[in-house]
Amino acid sequence: MEKVNVGKRILSANEQFAQQNSQLLAQRRQLCLNMISSPGSGKTTLLVRTISDLKDELRMGVIEGDLRTDIDAQRVRATQAPAIQIETQGACHLSAKQVNDALEQLPLDALDVIFIENVGNLVCPSAFELGENGKVVVLSVAEGDDKPAKYPAIFAKSKVMLINKIDLLSGGLVEFDIERVTTDARRLNKSIEIFPVSARTGAGMPQWYDWLKEQVRQTRR
Amino acid sequence: MHEAAVAQDLLEVICKEARKQEARPVAARISCGQLNAINDEVLCFAFEAIARGTACEGMTLQVEHKSMQARCSRCKDVFDLNLAEARCPSCGVDDFELLPDAPLVLEEIEFDKE
Ligand SMILES: Nc1nc2c(ncn2[C@@H]2O[C@H](COP(=O)(O)OP(=O)(O)O)[C@@H](O)[C@H]2O)c(=O)[nH]1
Ligand SMILES: [Mg+2]
Ligand SMILES: [Zn+2]
Repeated sequence: MEKVNVGKRILSANEQFAQQNSQLLAQRRQLCLNMISSPGSGKTTLLVRTISDLKDELRMGVIEGDLRTDIDAQRVRATQAPAIQIETQGACHLSAKQVNDALEQLPLDALDVIFIENVGNLVCPSAFELGENGKVVVLSVAEGDDKPAKYPAIFAKSKVMLINKIDLLSGGLVEFDIERVTTDARRLNKSIEIFPVSARTGAGMPQWYDWLKEQVRQTRR
Repeated sequence: MHEAAVAQDLLEVICKEARKQEARPVAARISCGQLNAINDEVLCFAFEAIARGTACEGMTLQVEHKSMQARCSRCKDVFDLNLAEARCPSCGVDDFELLPDAPLVLEEIEFDKE
């Protein structure tokens, strides 16, 4: 038997595409956010509302990732914003190569912000950098307030946490301790921005919009 | 489930190395960080399945998980971050900066050589 030291990066092809994406976005001074959550937390609903509410202020485009169908891209296109659907055919995450291809299809000159809606999954997408400026983790109140404790990695790595569906808290149909989630997330990530919102009623959305607009200003500088 | 993509890449790198060494690989050790989100069992299963019929058939994989590292904002100590008890072990403050996560690396291959 003989042991050979290799020391070789695995998935380095993904890294290379991520770097290409990141350089392209930096040259163009465009903001790109990678939205990560479990399926059904409300990513598409949040994006559709954000695009409609800010249509006179920011030009936004979306790269949609799903296992199958282009339902989400169609939902986005209904707002007149451009959307490219990536069907991963069962893969649990988007890869930087797929995003690279999608960026080529988007009318980048006509956009201020590019959102990537990752495949619904709180674990795997964190293993694939896409070249984005930041990750936004979405947690809906119906999923429970123990998620930062159970899935720490994605909360540690995100710039923003959107706590969605806060409309469900009134009436006590769902129990969810926003304070606990905030404490748990901040313990892992002191600088994470946390916005409790409802994509349905619009509650809390202005704070998220202010943050988004400030990021666009900083990226342009 | 992204372990399948990892297994595919591993297989290619190990097969290439095996051709270079002109020997049969029997085991490999890889290391990864927390964000690589590798489940050992899933990875080994995926690897076993795609290795069938290749030079890597029957190989065993060993995965070393490296913890996240942080730097204390007060005493500047670098420490392994225990996510359940996220504070500096030297001075106890919970104010720290996360350091980049360990990458996914094929560390070592063991070959059967006469
Ligand atoms: N009550 C409530 N339902 C919401 C809210 N946001 C999204 N939903 C619903 O949650 C479901 C999943 O939303 P979707 O945007 O498709 O989630 P995605 O899988 O993360 O893209 C849909 O039935 C939405 O109508 C919200 O703020 N409040
Ligand atoms: Mg969706
Ligand atoms: Zn300290």
